[in-house]
Amino acid sequence: MSMLELKNASRHFGGVRAVDALDLAVDEGAIFGLIGPNGSGKSTTVNLVTGLFPLTTGQILFRGADLAGVPVHRRLGLGIARTFQNIRLFGHLTVWQNLWVAQNSPEDHARKGFFRRWLGGSSGVRAEIGELLEFAGLAARQDELAGNLAFGEQRRLELARAVAARPKLLLLDEPAAGMNTEEIGQLRERILELRGRGVTILLVEHVMELVMGVTDRIAVLNFGQKIAEGTPAEIQADPAVRKAYLGGDVK
Amino acid sequence: MDFYYGLAQIIGVHTLLGLSAYIVLLTGQVSLAQAGFQAIGAYTAAMLTVLAGWALVPALAASALLGALVACAVGFPALRVRGLILVVATLAFGEGVRLFFFNFDYQVARGGVRVGPLGGEGFRQIRYFPEHGWTTLEVMLFIWAIVAAVMAALWWFDRSRYGAVLRAVGEDELAAQSVGINLMAIKVSAMTVGGAIAGVAGGLFAHYTTHIEHTNFNILVATFALAYPIVGGLASVFGTLAAVVFVQGFLIEGLRFLGDWRNLLFGALIVLSMNLRPHGLLDAQALARLKRLLGR
Repeated sequence: MSMLELKNASRHFGGVRAVDALDLAVDEGAIFGLIGPNGSGKSTTVNLVTGLFPLTTGQILFRGADLAGVPVHRRLGLGIARTFQNIRLFGHLTVWQNLWVAQNSPEDHARKGFFRRWLGGSSGVRAEIGELLEFAGLAARQDELAGNLAFGEQRRLELARAVAARPKLLLLDEPAAGMNTEEIGQLRERILELRGRGVTILLVEHVMELVMGVTDRIAVLNFGQKIAEGTPAEIQADPAVRKAYLGGDVK
Repeated sequence: MDFYYGLAQIIGVHTLLGLSAYIVLLTGQVSLAQAGFQAIGAYTAAMLTVLAGWALVPALAASALLGALVACAVGFPALRVRGLILVVATLAFGEGVRLFFFNFDYQVARGGVRVGPLGGEGFRQIRYFPEHGWTTLEVMLFIWAIVAAVMAALWWFDRSRYGAVLRAVGEDELAAQSVGINLMAIKVSAMTVGGAIAGVAGGLFAHYTTHIEHTNFNILVATFALAYPIVGGLASVFGTLAAVVFVQGFLIEGLRFLGDWRNLLFGALIVLSMNLRPHGLLDAQALARLKRLLGR
């Protein structure tokens, strides 16, 4: 079964067709790449899946169920988490608090223990948040305000914050933007580790060394439309993709 | 001495009023409705003690409950809008409440005297404290016991996950939604808690002044409620307390000897304090320094 399926999905802003009749199927457990030039509709696709905009036409199915009308915050409860292209942390909260706030999976919303969870102390979640801090390599920085972190640390914290919700599907919107080669290598390992835990990943990215190395399948967007889909090798060989996006010098 | 006890009463009630706006401000919402909730609490508690003969504590509990219910009901439609429109919507609500009490008559005969709210003349003779022989000192201590309890509760909230969520919503609504926070539920819950606190503030206010009227709950009071946490800073509940002491204790009472000049200086000093301490009188750095001092 597909984890995520877009059927004829469109989003028009006035006359602009940001996403146009897009069909996409992401298999469970896959790392699926979404690439294309700036303005080709990649981020809009992520925003459609997380529910920030409604669809103009079409359907989005998550594990077979239509997401139409499901509000943004409830999509996280279903198992869809994301990171943002321009990092959006809670800068005046500590690293620890950023992760604490984000633990909103269905288990976290069970009626039992409601008051203890929201007004009680942090002892019950300490182990899990400790794990997230380890995952992000931020254990030493847990009491720092998120706004004071270095850029790379902020990216890691944002990834950990998305993981805090125990997602089934993780949407990463250009997670490697602004990273150096070493950081990209670490990011690749984290992505693979998450897949190892059974998380399906939709990776929107411009950094080809990451996309080509880590994904199972790639779809290429141009002007809101899918112009190609296939394995990384097929995409690199595709003449239409080379013309629209990759150019001649693919490594 | 009674003068200082009286001043402490005023500071206590204004602290509650400021705290009612503080929790709403944490979610990034600017509400000018707090004076309206206070009015509802004031009239509720006074009517219950004077007309129904209730004891004070259950009457205050009823004020808190009614303040919370009204705030919750107002919150759902009002918090759908943001920014300036929310300011206008809550202002309209506050003025609506005030005009309601301007026209509200409900008098009954008690021992040959008619008591109860009488429209523009207000609600006179809320004589619970004198009738029960409370001294000014006792009233002051009672008010401050409630202020301490409310501050302790809010301080606790601030350290809980709920408090972190309130601040997360205040900081970035889009990101908060994306980590699974129901914005409406969080904002309305903050408004509800704020309404309860403002209701208690109103109940206490009615009983220590013994005479309330609609002008006690006008836009100036709503503005003060909002100004306290902003001037004091949102880093902790103590900022609001510091701002109330600064405004009521220093700017209003402390500078009374200046006569008419005081009013002129009042605005200037508020502006000056905001310039010198843009994150509030008690910002995060000041709190950290205080903590270190107290730790040793």
